[in-house]
Amino acid sequence: MTILTFNKSELEKLIGKITPELEKRITNMGTPIEEVTNKELSIEVFPNRPDLLSLRNFSKAFNQYNKKSGLVKFNVNPPEKNYSISVDKNLAEVRPYTVCAIVKKLKLDYSKILEIIDIQEKLHNSIGRKRKKVAIGIYPLNKISLPIRFIGKKPEDIKFLPLDSSKELTGNQILKSHPKGRDYAHLLKDAPVYPIFIDANDEILSMPPIINSKKTGKVDESTNEIFIECSGNNLYYLNKALNILLFTLSEMGGKIYSMEVKGIDKKTLITPDMKPQNLEFEISDIEKTLGVKFTEKDIKKYLSQMGIGYESINGKSIALVPQYRVDILHPIDLSEEVAISYGYENFVPEIADISTTGEEDKTSKLKRTLGDILAGLGLLETSSYHLTNKKNIRKMHFDFNDFIEVENSKTNRDVLRMDLLTNSLQILSENSNSAYPQKIFEIGRVFSLDESKTSETGVKEEEHLSISIVNEGVSFTELKQILDYLFMMLNIPYTIENTENNNYINGRAGKIFVGPVNVGYIGEIAPRVLKNWKIRMPVVSLEIDLDFLFSSNL
Amino acid sequence: MDEKTIIESLSPIERSVLPNITSSYSNINDISKNSSVDKTTTKRAIGFLLNKDLVKTKSSSKKFVVLGILGINYLKKDLPERILLNKLTEKKTIPIGEIKNICSLNENEARIALGTLKKKAVVEIKEGRVSLLKGSVNISKKMLEEIFMEKLPLEVDQMEPQDSLAYENLKSRKEIVEIVEKINIEVKLTSLGEKISKMKLEGNMIESLTPKILKQNIWKGKKFRRYDLTTSVPKIHGGKRHFVEQSKDYAKNIWLEMGFKEMNGNMVDTGFWVFDTLFTAQDHPVREMQDTFYLKGLRGKIPERLKKKEDCIVFNVQKAHEGGVDGSLGWQSTWNEEDARRVLLRPHTTSLSIRKLREIGKNSKFPSKYFALGKCFRNETVDWSHGFEFNQAEGMVIDENANFRQLIGYLKEFYKKMGYNKIRVRPAYFAYTEPSLEIDFFHTDRKEWVELGGAGMFRPEVTIPMFGKHIPVLAWGQGFDRIITEFFEIKDLRELYKNDITKLRNMKFWRK
Repeated sequence: MTILTFNKSELEKLIGKITPELEKRITNMGTPIEEVTNKELSIEVFPNRPDLLSLRNFSKAFNQYNKKSGLVKFNVNPPEKNYSISVDKNLAEVRPYTVCAIVKKLKLDYSKILEIIDIQEKLHNSIGRKRKKVAIGIYPLNKISLPIRFIGKKPEDIKFLPLDSSKELTGNQILKSHPKGRDYAHLLKDAPVYPIFIDANDEILSMPPIINSKKTGKVDESTNEIFIECSGNNLYYLNKALNILLFTLSEMGGKIYSMEVKGIDKKTLITPDMKPQNLEFEISDIEKTLGVKFTEKDIKKYLSQMGIGYESINGKSIALVPQYRVDILHPIDLSEEVAISYGYENFVPEIADISTTGEEDKTSKLKRTLGDILAGLGLLETSSYHLTNKKNIRKMHFDFNDFIEVENSKTNRDVLRMDLLTNSLQILSENSNSAYPQKIFEIGRVFSLDESKTSETGVKEEEHLSISIVNEGVSFTELKQILDYLFMMLNIPYTIENTENNNYINGRAGKIFVGPVNVGYIGEIAPRVLKNWKIRMPVVSLEIDLDFLFSSNL
Repeated sequence: MDEKTIIESLSPIERSVLPNITSSYSNINDISKNSSVDKTTTKRAIGFLLNKDLVKTKSSSKKFVVLGILGINYLKKDLPERILLNKLTEKKTIPIGEIKNICSLNENEARIALGTLKKKAVVEIKEGRVSLLKGSVNISKKMLEEIFMEKLPLEVDQMEPQDSLAYENLKSRKEIVEIVEKINIEVKLTSLGEKISKMKLEGNMIESLTPKILKQNIWKGKKFRRYDLTTSVPKIHGGKRHFVEQSKDYAKNIWLEMGFKEMNGNMVDTGFWVFDTLFTAQDHPVREMQDTFYLKGLRGKIPERLKKKEDCIVFNVQKAHEGGVDGSLGWQSTWNEEDARRVLLRPHTTSLSIRKLREIGKNSKFPSKYFALGKCFRNETVDWSHGFEFNQAEGMVIDENANFRQLIGYLKEFYKKMGYNKIRVRPAYFAYTEPSLEIDFFHTDRKEWVELGGAGMFRPEVTIPMFGKHIPVLAWGQGFDRIITEFFEIKDLRELYKNDITKLRNMKFWRK
């Protein structure tokens, strides 16, 4: 979730006075308002709209939404002399791509510089996937000499004065000791060469995706011409990031010049390409999706409100999608654009005239039946977490080892429960202050490793039932009465056989059978287990695997 | 009530106790003794008499110093300082570090013993050793604290100066002495009580109706003792379903009424069914470990790659991601099968929907409507507003003619039945739906819109690999826990699965 905070007075200069009505429109555009204070207004920008991540970009989109302008037409000037960059082949496995542009006639002030730095960082963290996919560098043109080379060099052979440092560092030193180096070191881990941008005077501009040079890589209020590069491993998103940033700079009044990028998959590219992308679609598809009838004029207006152009060529509807948009993958995406400018609040809800029959799932049904039977006996249903930890499980199953563990849990629960009894005993141990007797039951999912060939995940899931009674003087009889009643109500015969089980007191543990199938255990919990749980009262418990209720013809 | 009615409502215990209460205050113990009724019963009787306005009570409290748990122990075995003193008399000198072992004291006790003796100026410490000070007081004489402890319990207001001093010395040391408050209740008759007490109490009344009384018609012409119906009775509690289950059952019923079939399925699934079939890019942050619970050391299976590519779901899902399904650009990134094989705890119940969609895609059984209400998981630090397990209400409508207006229609209908009348929808983003929406309800107390959950129509990149063509599917997956906490006025999400038995017993029933 990306939150964008604007200075209210700056925003008002661009979109007009902020009234409650205007706030509502901001939310309706798909940028819900997070917070409004006296000075600031914060919105949430969804991950599919990185093109909205700056004050100017958002304001432009909002003005389009309010019909104050339509599709943005970018004027991209051809490359001038030496406006070129060559990409070294040895970067193929490290950071193979870059796309670039030059912007002139910029009048930067402090707040504009902040805006640029902010969108740069926000793009890094969103479509840039924390600089892995895209890293952006911006340089004052007057401090560098064109043409530029993007080359790979051994880290020990790279040496320059990076931003936020007082001395020259080598590539290795930057990763080890520079704060930015440490943050992003993993992106260059094990790389044989590190990428650098280097100019015609062999001056290092930057070492992406880590840090720029102090000498050539810092834009300030005196800068009015800049060189921008985006480097990474995905050409499509590099172009998108470049276009979004150029959108911002062009809204600031900058003039865009393209550059030649040599050596991209053995070819030469001219970047940026800011000509809208043509997307053919059917108006009837939008009507069908939204359930609303539209004229061609409606569609043209609604698309224009979302900054998208419209043309009809040979009777075919064509949407002109600006190159800074990353969210229009398919004509279906145009239906949402139309829906937003039509207004979500204007859709009349409809209940479809189709006849279907409702049906409860059989597990659900059974759980409800069992719950009703047991609640009728005065038992209280509990509901506990599916995750527990090894220590809890071993309080009872002291030699259990087949744990199903989750990776990097942020809580102290990191294994899936293998039975329900562990949780029930934990509940009893935490409730010594509640009045006795305590009679509890739980119905739920337990997990075990499944090595059968047909298993998709390697984990088996079963529905279990567990019942526990704790009280001074509680007896096996009391629980067996419940078991009897339960099976009587289910109209299923069962038997109990004596068994030896460390979890229960010797001679007071039984296996429960339905026909030949051992479906569970019943018994008086062993003092050793109660001690582990610090339970100071006798407990009788049973646990049943409910599978037999689904699979059999009973 | 007139006097006669009052007499008729006196229970047997009240009848026994009342004559022993006088017009001047007397102690409950005495009344109990004189009435030959035990103290608890006497108290109950006095409670009933108070309700009838026949007696008046006054209570006074007195504070007593009594021995704490450690105090009782020390009284038997000596205070730590006495033990140290005895050992010093025997050994003359002890290294400070050895006090603990030689006197069999714990760290804390050893420290206190030494400190106390130093304060009393009976020992000196030199070069890390402690020894008795020559010419100090007679060590066999009892210490102030020892005398005091033997005298306990003492009423605080009655303590001598030396007792207070000893108390001050001991009170900072845990559990040696403590103060308890004893409440003394005295009772006397009110003027009405005096009147009634003088009257004849033995009415020939029936207390309990017995089979014998019924059989022999003894009840004829007799009166039954009147009950005080306003007296509070001891609380009882019954068995019941867990409140989360009650809430879920209610919501399930609504979906069933609306003609939806329930889906059920595994909580553990592969990345393929949780993310890839749902067109979630493989480098989407939600797939990272900090958000999702991956299971250690497990690699799942994904459907087989078939020779005939059009029928192969893996091939079609890959194509959706890399670009090319129905002209879609996809994510313009290479799709990796290994990521799809990772095994995880489902972060949403939409994995059930997509599996169902696959099943329907095979047999073309639609229009059809499905729902699920189940647990989902996310790797999250737990606090009052975050849990690592949560319930999601999932729904899906598959119909050639389904549209966005119907999506809003189904959701509004459901929430209306759940008791939410003021609802709004607004744009939202989910990787696998287009158009998407978020639904909010207006919280009448907080006077603000509160998020209920997301919904949308499955993208062609999702439906085409399942059906071979794009069939409109309305889908939603909404948090359900907020509805539960709203109804039960639970402020802290952790309360949902805390299983505090007292709270569960007192929890109201789900009712809308």
